[in-house]
Amino acid sequence: MIVTTFHYLIASAILFIISLAGIFINRKNLIILLMSIELLLLSVNINFVTFSTYNNNLHGQIFVFFILTVAAAEAAIGLALLVILFRKIKNIQAEDISILKN
Amino acid sequence: MNIISALFYIFAALLCISAIQTITIKNPVHAALFLILTFVSASVLFMLQGAEFLALTLILVYVGAVMVLFLFVVMMLDVKLLENMRANFLTYIPTIALVSILFLGQIFYIIYKSIFSSDKNVNNINNLSVDLGNLSNTKALGKLLFTQYLPAFEIVGCILLVAIIVAVVLTLRSRKDSKSLDVTEQVKVKPEDRLTFVSSKINK
Amino acid sequence: MIINAQNLLIIALLPLLGAFGAGVFGSKFTNLKINSKLIHIGVIFLVAVSCILSCLVFRATLNGQSFNNTIYTWMQIGAYKLEIGFLIDRLTALMMCVVTFVSLMVHIYTLGYMADDEGNTRFFAYISLFTFAMLMLVMSNNLLQLFFGWEAVGVVSYLLIGFWFKKDTAIAANLKAFLVNRVGDLGFIIGIALVANFTGSFNYSEIFANKANLLAHTITTFEWSVITVSCICLFIGAMGKSAQFPLHVWLPDSMEGPTPISALIHAATMVTAGIFMVSRMSPLFELSETALSYILITGSITALFMGFLGIIQTDIKRVIAYSTLSQLGYMTIALGVSAYPIAIFHLVTHAFFKALLFLGAGSVIMGCHHNQDMRYMGNLKKYMPITWLTSLIGSLALIGTPFLSGFYSKDSIIEAVYYSNLFGAKFAYFCVVAGVFITAFYSFRMYFLVFHGKERYYDDQHADSHHGLTKGHKPHESPLVVTLPLILLAIPSIIIGAVLLKPIISGDFFSHGTAFEKIIFIAENHKSMEILKEEIHDWLSMALHALTTLPFILTILGIFFSWLFYIKIPHIPQKIAGNFKLINKILDNKYYLDTINQTIFAQGSIRLGKFLWTCFDMAIIDKFMVNGIAKLNNSLGKIIRLAQSGYIYHYAIVMVLGIFAMLSYLITKI
Repeated sequence: MIVTTFHYLIASAILFIISLAGIFINRKNLIILLMSIELLLLSVNINFVTFSTYNNNLHGQIFVFFILTVAAAEAAIGLALLVILFRKIKNIQAEDISILKN
Repeated sequence: MNIISALFYIFAALLCISAIQTITIKNPVHAALFLILTFVSASVLFMLQGAEFLALTLILVYVGAVMVLFLFVVMMLDVKLLENMRANFLTYIPTIALVSILFLGQIFYIIYKSIFSSDKNVNNINNLSVDLGNLSNTKALGKLLFTQYLPAFEIVGCILLVAIIVAVVLTLRSRKDSKSLDVTEQVKVKPEDRLTFVSSKINK
Repeated sequence: MIINAQNLLIIALLPLLGAFGAGVFGSKFTNLKINSKLIHIGVIFLVAVSCILSCLVFRATLNGQSFNNTIYTWMQIGAYKLEIGFLIDRLTALMMCVVTFVSLMVHIYTLGYMADDEGNTRFFAYISLFTFAMLMLVMSNNLLQLFFGWEAVGVVSYLLIGFWFKKDTAIAANLKAFLVNRVGDLGFIIGIALVANFTGSFNYSEIFANKANLLAHTITTFEWSVITVSCICLFIGAMGKSAQFPLHVWLPDSMEGPTPISALIHAATMVTAGIFMVSRMSPLFELSETALSYILITGSITALFMGFLGIIQTDIKRVIAYSTLSQLGYMTIALGVSAYPIAIFHLVTHAFFKALLFLGAGSVIMGCHHNQDMRYMGNLKKYMPITWLTSLIGSLALIGTPFLSGFYSKDSIIEAVYYSNLFGAKFAYFCVVAGVFITAFYSFRMYFLVFHGKERYYDDQHADSHHGLTKGHKPHESPLVVTLPLILLAIPSIIIGAVLLKPIISGDFFSHGTAFEKIIFIAENHKSMEILKEEIHDWLSMALHALTTLPFILTILGIFFSWLFYIKIPHIPQKIAGNFKLINKILDNKYYLDTINQTIFAQGSIRLGKFLWTCFDMAIIDKFMVNGIAKLNNSLGKIIRLAQSGYIYHYAIVMVLGIFAMLSYLITKI
């Protein structure tokens, strides 16, 4: 059938849910966690572009531009932190990071 | 069904499958590669909607820079392959599946109620630049970015600068045989730290 | 003299000025070293001016003048006006004269009596303040100012009973007086509130104009008539102030204060405030037979049973105190049978002879060097002639000897009770007549023990140089400044009965001179005053007629028996006490009222307080509520803390669930 806005939004929603599941599942590997966050941002990007097409203007795409930039910066900083963490505790399991426990 | 629809279905399916692979694969390098595939499919989806600049930017920036960074870090950290991941994985499935399906159901419902019955459809992808004259996507984006969104643009530049500095500062390891001085330490020195009076036999 | 607001304010405020001056200039508060004698003379002078002006006002009212005006409205709440005002008619003017005259006598007496006491300037300030408060009470034209005066005299009484505040017994006594008074005041203020609510004002004129409203309503839950309840409540105030049974317990203990104040406050003026108030409110009391019966029965109980207690007292002032209680009972009985003018008449005569008796007792105490126990006196007739003569006159007036003042008022009361047919009148008549014998007995017991018989000064084991006569010393007469008031009080004790008899009985005395048609309003069916008007013609015939009646015989019998028991055969009292041990014990413990009050009310209040403290304050409020909230916070915190696991994915789940919940809510809105 003809592909409409609806289908794009469904696709983006499925991607969103997959990335959320990825955050919950990955307790043993922090890198996969960071990758899931990238997926999250990607799903939002798809959403924005879809709505930009839906509204016949370019504002959504501008916003995607910014999200892209910020996501890149965040990935860089996140990985730097990961590196330091690894130097400290010699593994990257999220289960071991609970110093702020009650 | 026309070619655009077919392409959409193929690449949307690819998107979902590679996303699932990203989060479930044991080997982090393989996970990163599947993430790259995800990005590429997403890029195609962008292209299908007429956002060609963004599609290519996705490849250039995300795949070309961010994923490369990811791969660097993955290979730098000596992470043993996780043996017990499968087992743990199976215990979470029920709850996560339940929450996911419920959440998905909600979002579907919302989208259905709001968009499904509207008359606009997304077929006329060539009318995107109508209000800006017949410019190409890149030119139109540029026009909009450097006039209306200029402040945001500048700030984003600053964010990138900060990211660079942060990444360098956080992971900096100084060389052990470096002879540079720490000025703060120098200023804090007390005489007792430098001079010790042991004993003296003077003029006996 | 014209009665106008300015003159009245002068009369009321001069004693206040004296009190204030004595208080400020006589203390160490200022550094002025003013001779204290000068201050005392100044205070006496101010009170004397007030007394002279009061007598002039009284003469003006006899000529038909009156005054009923508001001086100043100090607050207005809704429809109620709270004001300062004066109502001067013959009743008020008579009271003013009595109050200021007795106060002046006591002031002069204090010059001598308290001369060697270091607080005597304070004493002058207090009795002057008392005069001001009592004047405000009697001159007021609304219930609230009356209540102000009421409370003020209570406060000054408290201050004066505890004048020697370093004595424990004095402090206990003044607290007792104030608390028992307070119980009466509770009833009084409920009565005032009821009256004000149903008649819409505190002012006498307006109350009496609207008194039909009180008749028309009943208090809903119990179906009591408002007029009865409010009259009984007002009378409860009078019970507290005028020491009727059972709120009489403070008066004997109030003898801890110096003798001048016993004379002023607890004989002549403060305790008569209740009687005055009931007479002033006579239009209201006449509407309720139940209240009048209640007043009658209370007065009868007081009159008779307090007399019994007077028989066994050994302290000279206590005898006179119980005598006061008994006579107040007589006045209350007169109020009960609607013979208000006679109650006022007895009030006036009683003020004079009782003050005389108290001041005489004070003179005796001074002469015996601060010994108050009658067992260690005797034959003082030889050493203190003026005191002896005036005390004899006072005692004769008290017991109702014909031709002296007390006889006219007392016999009028007996006659009025005889002719009344109110519920309880028979019992009242019995009490009144029996009371005559008892009164004669204890009065002359006191007289014989003190002024006749053997000299027992040195029998006291506890005498020392400050207290009681030591061997070789004899009693001496008091100085003129002490005996002058005695003489000046003896004169009215003799003649005022005869003088006032005709005007008061004939009924016209209290009829003129106010905005409302009669000062004392007596209803048609209370016939006592009417009959008395027929029966009594003038003082001579009444006195001669009385020589043949029962009360006179009882009086003679009383004197005879007291002579027999205490002069002729002195060991009879001990024998009787030995044979009637139980009665002796009851009388000795004052009908156990003091023990009842102590164990039930005093200890009960303390125990209640302790219980509430431990049970509610400490356990419930402190432990349960205050500490409990802290503990609750702690426990809640322990539970909520578990949510902070430290794991990122837990936080992420919570976030997602939150969004899920929000979406669920918002979905219903689409």
